Amino acid sequence: MNETTATDAAVDSFDYLLPSLGADMDEGRVVEWRVAIGDTVHRGDLMAVVETEKSDIDIEIWHDGTVDAFLVPIGELIEVGTPIVRLRGSVERSGPFGAPLSPTTVRSSSTPPPTAPSSTTPAPPKPARAAAPVPSRVGDRVLASPLARRLGAERGLDIAAIAGTGPGGAVVEADLRTVKPVEPSEPARRRTPATMRSLIAERMSRSNREIPHYHLARDVDVGRLEAWLVERNASRPITERLLPAACYIRAVALAAARHGEFNGSWIDDHFEPADSVNVAMAISLRGGGLVTPHIEAADQRSLDEIMATLNELVSAARSGNLRASWMTGSTITITNLGDAGADLVHGVISPPQVALVGFGRSRQRPWVVDDLVTIRPVVTSTLAADHRATDGANGSRFLATIATHLEHPEDL
Amino acid sequence: MNTDNTLPDPVTMILAAIADVAPELEPELADLDHDVDFWTELQLDSMDHLSVMTRLATQAGRDIPERDYPRLTTVNELCNYLGGGH
Repeated sequence: MNETTATDAAVDSFDYLLPSLGADMDEGRVVEWRVAIGDTVHRGDLMAVVETEKSDIDIEIWHDGTVDAFLVPIGELIEVGTPIVRLRGSVERSGPFGAPLSPTTVRSSSTPPPTAPSSTTPAPPKPARAAAPVPSRVGDRVLASPLARRLGAERGLDIAAIAGTGPGGAVVEADLRTVKPVEPSEPARRRTPATMRSLIAERMSRSNREIPHYHLARDVDVGRLEAWLVERNASRPITERLLPAACYIRAVALAAARHGEFNGSWIDDHFEPADSVNVAMAISLRGGGLVTPHIEAADQRSLDEIMATLNELVSAARSGNLRASWMTGSTITITNLGDAGADLVHGVISPPQVALVGFGRSRQRPWVVDDLVTIRPVVTSTLAADHRATDGANGSRFLATIATHLEHPEDL
Repeated sequence: MNTDNTLPDPVTMILAAIADVAPELEPELADLDHDVDFWTELQLDSMDHLSVMTRLATQAGRDIPERDYPRLTTVNELCNYLGGGH
């Protein structure tokens, strides 16, 4: 494997590899460089725009350095893991490990392997020397890093079949590069780039095949929420106004933080709770299809911050400027049908996640308050959850927590 | 763009704001009936609505309170509201 990512020695130059920007991406093309040869770049700068089958995504740099060379021509279809740009400079070896969800990794350029492993997200620091590549197990459990497990699950790989090169023979992220996804019909996709529709078909079919879904619904009186929003927005300039969607995201994020059994991944026959609540939003594209970028640590953000990020995500999604770091590492997904939508949605979970929360349109409904029938705006919230991870009783409590948050908007 | 302190023609401004938020819709805008509810006609969602309104408010240099939204559904209504007599 020759993985040199984690060496402490400073190197004079290193190559960035084309990252995988989602479970279903294994190739892409650089369509635009956002840097020029000789540019001094800093961690977090935009480096390139990469076109995938779903959309164009901005790739960020995770190191300081100087751009030395572009290693691929613009527009050429290349596989994930192909070196795309060479940076030069004495490098602080803090990154990319200090950068959660960083899409790229670096390696010494002295021996750039043609099919070099890359990271969708940074691998945890590990010894530079590779252990003997033998599949390793402890009892029934396959030794693998959490990152490798999650990414493997996202890509539909069988971790147990992969020879690990990490500590003690554990499967680490780099090892996943040596394996082709078991599922999608690769030859067909290679010849004609898959359309958004076939990607969705593939992913949703896999979800329905592998995940025993259960579905719950709960009506929520959003009268207070809507009145609170009207009042709050009336006193603010248009640039600071909130949409109900921001409140839904906040409510789900808080509920997911409390009910951790819905926030994480089903991997390798068990549930792995996530450390952070990264709430993905299904955003429909005008040309058809949808993308699901996430708001990282949404439970730690205020409504205003969530609104600003949502705004950014929607406009980026629709203009084809999604950032790689938004696309991987989602822990739960929301689909919000909006006021032009249907009353409720029975969602399909995005594997390896275990839950999807849906919100239908707000509609005037008869509602009983204190033994009197009144008219209230009502939204039907729904939960699609993985029965391997949770049961309806958990799910009911999860939806109840979301409802409670929405019924007390002043506390959001 | 607006060097002489006059606003651009409101219709142009409105159509440009829509095209800015939803570039894919630009070809349809030339044929848009200025008396239909274009939010529905063009299938714009609440985030598009906020984005278009934010652009218009910024360009016109005035706020557009939420309570006015219900009567701002067509190009002509918006035009009258923003242009005040154009």
